[in-house]
Amino acid sequence: MSEQTAHAHDIRPYLFVFGALLVLTVVTVTVSYLHLPPGPAIALGLAIATIKAALVAAFFMHLKGERAIIYGLIAITVFFLIVLFVLPITDSNWTSSRRVEHAAVGAQAEAAEAPAR
Amino acid sequence: MSTAVAAHPDAPTSGVTNAKLGIWLFLASEVMLFGTLFTTYLVLRMGAASWPRGWDVLNVPMGMVNTFVLITSSVTILLAYVKASEKNKSGFQLYMGLTILLSFAFLVIKGFEYGAHFAHGEFPSTSIFNAVYFTMTGLHGFHVICGIIVNSGLLYLSGEDFEHPLFAGRVEGAGLYWHFVDIVWIFLFPALYLL
Amino acid sequence: MNTHDEHHGGHHELTFWEKYVFSVDHKVIGLQYLITSFIFLLIGFSLMMLMRWQLAFPGHPIPLIGGLLSSSLAPNGVMTGEFYNQLGAMHGTIMVFLGIVPLAVGAFGNYIMPLQIGAPDMAFPRLNMMSYWLYLPGGLMMLSSFIMPGGPAQSGWTSYAPLAIINPGQTVWLLSMVVIITSSLLGAINFLVTGLNMRAPGLSLDRLPIFVWAQLVTSVLLLLAFPPLEAAAVLQLADRVMGTSFYLPSGLIILGQPLKASGGGQPLLWQHLFWFLAHPEVYVLVLPPMGIVSEIIASGTRKPLHGYKTMVGSMISLGIMSFIVWAHHMFLSGMSPMLGNFFLVTTMIISVPSVAILTCMIFSLKGGSIRFTVPMMFALAFLPLFGIGGLTGLPLGLTTTDIYLHDTYYVIGHFHYVVVTGSIIALFAGTYYWFPKWYGRKMDETLGKIHFWGTVICMNGIFFPMFIQGMAGQNRRYFDPTAAHHNIPTQPLHIVSSVFAWLLFLFQLPFIYNFFKSMWHGEISEENPWQATTLEWACPSPPPHGNFAKTPRVYRGPYEYSLPGHKTDWFPQNEEAKA
Repeated sequence: MSEQTAHAHDIRPYLFVFGALLVLTVVTVTVSYLHLPPGPAIALGLAIATIKAALVAAFFMHLKGERAIIYGLIAITVFFLIVLFVLPITDSNWTSSRRVEHAAVGAQAEAAEAPAR
Repeated sequence: MSTAVAAHPDAPTSGVTNAKLGIWLFLASEVMLFGTLFTTYLVLRMGAASWPRGWDVLNVPMGMVNTFVLITSSVTILLAYVKASEKNKSGFQLYMGLTILLSFAFLVIKGFEYGAHFAHGEFPSTSIFNAVYFTMTGLHGFHVICGIIVNSGLLYLSGEDFEHPLFAGRVEGAGLYWHFVDIVWIFLFPALYLL
Repeated sequence: MNTHDEHHGGHHELTFWEKYVFSVDHKVIGLQYLITSFIFLLIGFSLMMLMRWQLAFPGHPIPLIGGLLSSSLAPNGVMTGEFYNQLGAMHGTIMVFLGIVPLAVGAFGNYIMPLQIGAPDMAFPRLNMMSYWLYLPGGLMMLSSFIMPGGPAQSGWTSYAPLAIINPGQTVWLLSMVVIITSSLLGAINFLVTGLNMRAPGLSLDRLPIFVWAQLVTSVLLLLAFPPLEAAAVLQLADRVMGTSFYLPSGLIILGQPLKASGGGQPLLWQHLFWFLAHPEVYVLVLPPMGIVSEIIASGTRKPLHGYKTMVGSMISLGIMSFIVWAHHMFLSGMSPMLGNFFLVTTMIISVPSVAILTCMIFSLKGGSIRFTVPMMFALAFLPLFGIGGLTGLPLGLTTTDIYLHDTYYVIGHFHYVVVTGSIIALFAGTYYWFPKWYGRKMDETLGKIHFWGTVICMNGIFFPMFIQGMAGQNRRYFDPTAAHHNIPTQPLHIVSSVFAWLLFLFQLPFIYNFFKSMWHGEISEENPWQATTLEWACPSPPPHGNFAKTPRVYRGPYEYSLPGHKTDWFPQNEEAKA
């Protein structure tokens, strides 16, 4: 229980983070009005969102200065999360490209057959 | 328990209270739950022949206002926790009440957005983008509702239980959950509205 | 914490409902799980016995009960294809999600793990009660689908899209799955907090019994692998109920009609998300049984386990690796062959820790003075049979051989050797081993031995022929195998399997009788009947509310048997060494 009183209740960092989150939200919305192409837009949008999430986790959720066990738990979760992202997406990219190829081959075959009929 | 364990120098605990460890484990499973939805979003988007840009089909200003609302509620619940651990009952009730009000505001704004979509004949079945949009925001909205229930429960209990030694810990747990709901929205907003 | 105070301070009289139905005591909840999951196992097994009739004698009316079935399922007692598919889907679902997992984790984990770590109860007793009271309604809901319009699920326990979205009967399956998954998640959180925070003084992580380690690793798997299936199930539910197309591709034509859906979804996405859960799930099915067998082998050989650290390390690496092998179930699904190679390599790697664990168990026997008690016999049977199950998996993990063996009876033989002759045999071992703990009485040895020999022989009789059938190219999932010409030469083996399946049922009768007879009339057991060292034997049997009169203190590792210079050949963890 001593751990809870150890958080000196200085709320200034919280308000600073609050301000930063608001500013970053405005930034990410403003950038979106530039209508960047998807690649850079996604990279930038994701980067800003990650910074915001990290701020919330580190300060609001007191992850800064948390016990090792929580860090371990988060590390395992993030590892499996990356697995869950990367492998299905890799596979889906391949199968999607195959679908496009098949469609192209199919169209060619139809075009070749059409005059014969 | 904590005193009994402290008597033994080789006390084999993780150093985190049961409630806090439990909440973090729960959040880990929630990360995987929303992670799956994001995987779905990415797989379907990358496999789609065309995918609408968020600003063409969604109301970006309303989404931005909702982001502000949710971030603010994250700060108020944090202040509620600060007040609870300072044993300041009225301060706790003020900030917890504010948090609940802001959560309702979030749902109301979201409701207006949904209403506009339905009025235009846009339903989850209309397109794959709509399916993703409604499911992801819907599940997030469900988590907001759960948060409102938990937070209202704490506000109600604070009438009698405020002096309970574990009360501040419970507020901390509810706060952790609420911050997580905030983080999910921080990713959802750009993913759906801005990219 | 408060749980501690409640259990030691509160001595108010509990009503019948509080004591036996809505109990928060981990022991009562454990036994509730035990009885419920055994009943579900029996139900799942009965479904399979019906299927075995159809496979052995396709087109013949089912004897005895054929006339009782409704005419839509079995006109004139002859099973329809739809009914066969329903039985298949429900058999898999019930056995995995309602039978073995609740038995291995809910029952054994709940009852034994808190005792083995010297805790008065689980960390969150009320959450524990809630887990059970989500599991039971979820299970009943799953069974209720038999009387729902459209019948139960008939798209396999894997519920593959798009078939599962088009077929009737899947909605109840999905809803029940969401409930059951929630129950497992709550349980997993509870187990992890208990195992990490509630250990008795002196019980550091390197002194934990293997069974506790197995439960902890299992809980991590449940915690992180189940949510993706929960989300995926919600998406499939949306596809069925709200008309979305997460798993429905564009341009789907069913019975000559274009499907009315927006399209744009990906069927393979479901398979990825499903197997992201379901492969770790396989390790949920085998890790706790491995833990049970380790406990029994240590006390049955009267010597320390060989390679405690190797076993713990192997279990942890099994847990981690199990998350990156899932797509070996999907080699022939049209997925990327490049990714297939990745999964081939990880699959070969994951066999290393499995073999390490089995090797440690076998080495533990060397030089031991083995006591051939009933639990020990089951534990010994586990070793070669689980070995067969594991080794027959290798050809399925290699993409080239999998092309031939995929979707044949070989696959069925393989995974049944793992979960039936592996997991279920080990769970029987655990039942005989811990029965004295639960009821303070021993189970009958003679009936136990009849049960043992009958079970082991029949299980092999059922599943071994499947390897031969599979290598001869017999396809699985066929409602009538004789419909394909190439299946006819191996058709007689179906009759062999079926006869052994029905015999297996008969050999469970002595077990059921033994269980209930011993519960009330069994020989009274002494406090530590197996002369074991772990903490669960340091409290009375059955343990009172709150378990230990005084929190035990742990002085040494879990398996100190035959220690030179010690007066007995076992040295309990909580016994102070006399200097």
